[in-house]
Amino acid sequence: MAAALAIRDLRKVYANGVEALKGISLTVEEGDFFALLGPNGAGKSTIIGILFSLVNKSGGKVEVFGVDIDRDFPLAKKHIGIVPQEFNFNMFERVIDIVVTQGGYYGLTRNIAQERAEHYLNKLGLWEKRQDRARELSGGMKRRLMIARALVHEPRLLVLDEPTAGVDIEMRRSLWNFLREINTRGTTIILTTHYLEEAETLCRNIAIIDHGLIIQNSSMRELLQQLHTEMFVLDVRSELPAEILIEGFPCQRIDLHSLEVAVERDQDINQLFAALSAQGMKIASMRNKANRLEEMFVSLLSEPPPAGVNQ
Amino acid sequence: MSAHEKWVAFCTILIKEVRRYLRIWPQTLLPPAITMSLYFVIFGALIGSRIGEMGGFSYMQFVVPGLIMMAVVTNSYSNVVSSFFGAKFSHSVEELLVSPVPNYILLAGFVVGGASRGLIVAVIVTCLSLFFAELNVQNLGLTVAIVLLTSVLFCLFGFINAVYANNFDDISIVPTFVLTPLIYLGGVFYSMDLLPDFWAGVSMFNPLVYVVNGFRYGVLGVSDVDVRVAFGMLSLFTVAAFSFSMHLLNTGKRLRQ
Repeated sequence: MAAALAIRDLRKVYANGVEALKGISLTVEEGDFFALLGPNGAGKSTIIGILFSLVNKSGGKVEVFGVDIDRDFPLAKKHIGIVPQEFNFNMFERVIDIVVTQGGYYGLTRNIAQERAEHYLNKLGLWEKRQDRARELSGGMKRRLMIARALVHEPRLLVLDEPTAGVDIEMRRSLWNFLREINTRGTTIILTTHYLEEAETLCRNIAIIDHGLIIQNSSMRELLQQLHTEMFVLDVRSELPAEILIEGFPCQRIDLHSLEVAVERDQDINQLFAALSAQGMKIASMRNKANRLEEMFVSLLSEPPPAGVNQ
Repeated sequence: MSAHEKWVAFCTILIKEVRRYLRIWPQTLLPPAITMSLYFVIFGALIGSRIGEMGGFSYMQFVVPGLIMMAVVTNSYSNVVSSFFGAKFSHSVEELLVSPVPNYILLAGFVVGGASRGLIVAVIVTCLSLFFAELNVQNLGLTVAIVLLTSVLFCLFGFINAVYANNFDDISIVPTFVLTPLIYLGGVFYSMDLLPDFWAGVSMFNPLVYVVNGFRYGVLGVSDVDVRVAFGMLSLFTVAAFSFSMHLLNTGKRLRQ
């Protein structure tokens, strides 16, 4: 079975000489929920732009479900739905028209496009707004409109470029549920996001790109297992002394009732609790100081990449 | 895409274009009616009555074909240039570029949409002209063919302008500094016989000369240029403009990075 997306030695040099992609290879299997992460300017948007056909690649090969974009881009495009980062619809058009018209561009008859538009606008909570002009929608609604538009031709591969930027928490979680649902039904999803919690929650596999090279490409579980130390914040019921010493666990007081503790991956948290209990401290709650993926992401980006690293 | 899917895509673009100019008809269909009525009154009735005959017809009859084509040219051009540049400016053109629509279907959708506006304006202005002059169309087939070819040609010019334009000033520069002078120097208001030989020769490089004279021949049966040459030149300009437009789309110039 052909991979949903197979990229080999992909290169892009812009007209101004900037080398955005330096030979990237990447495979996304069918049915995957895949995170493509990287700092601003790493090359993520260039990859998406190439899939979007708005950026012409300088070299390499891209296949979408086995279809080489150099041989039959129109067929490859029928398999792809893209939700770009920036709003790219006519703000003066009605919501329903934007989705139905996009269906027409993919050759869907008006009746089928109308049915699908109704389905996806309902799913994304926009059906009541179907007669509104796009400019009247909130930022979160506009993002959902772009998702409905990208799905109208029912692509097998959905690429989302920061789909939840500027979306409130409640709406973000409802979008996550929707994306999980369509992924469960078989749509392969590639997600780029700056919310690493989002990637950790949703995605099974991950690639991290920096300076036009892939510096990490593995399953999410494998990546997180590389995290040697996790930082926890403990809320303590009693007042903490200024100097705290817990054997085997480097720690520091944040305020009178909060303590930050580093736990190595091979240490048991039970040992920590035992040590705290021995000092008469009662723990009210405990949480990760930062998102685990975020810690891993920062640590990977802070290392200079070895020459030619490209998994 | 199958032939049926391409047809659906073409109709989608065309209907969108037609709806766009019909929705804003006070900006698209009303102005040419008012402007051309003023031309008929001022140049035809008021000034024309003192000029007398030209080319064997009253001055009013002589200028009507040129004025109709002037409206067709400006409306065909401005429809595509504003619609395509607007889509480019708002990035909504990406909806089309990301889809599997072949480039020639994309171009055909915009061009036929713009040409349909040119035709509607031609009908409106022709109806208005009947209040001022009697027109007995001499060759209906040729008249319609010239209008269609002219609409398509100037839609293509509008498309090329839109692709190169970076801002709204760029889409008004060409109509103001190129199109309008070419129209006025294209024999709308005078016969080429009135020009010295040198300037009559220079005028042969102006596509509007063929547009105006080809249409005038269809309507009145007189022309300053051989109508076969006029038709041939218009066809040549159209093929060249189409080829260049397709080149722009295929290479992605100004549309893709």
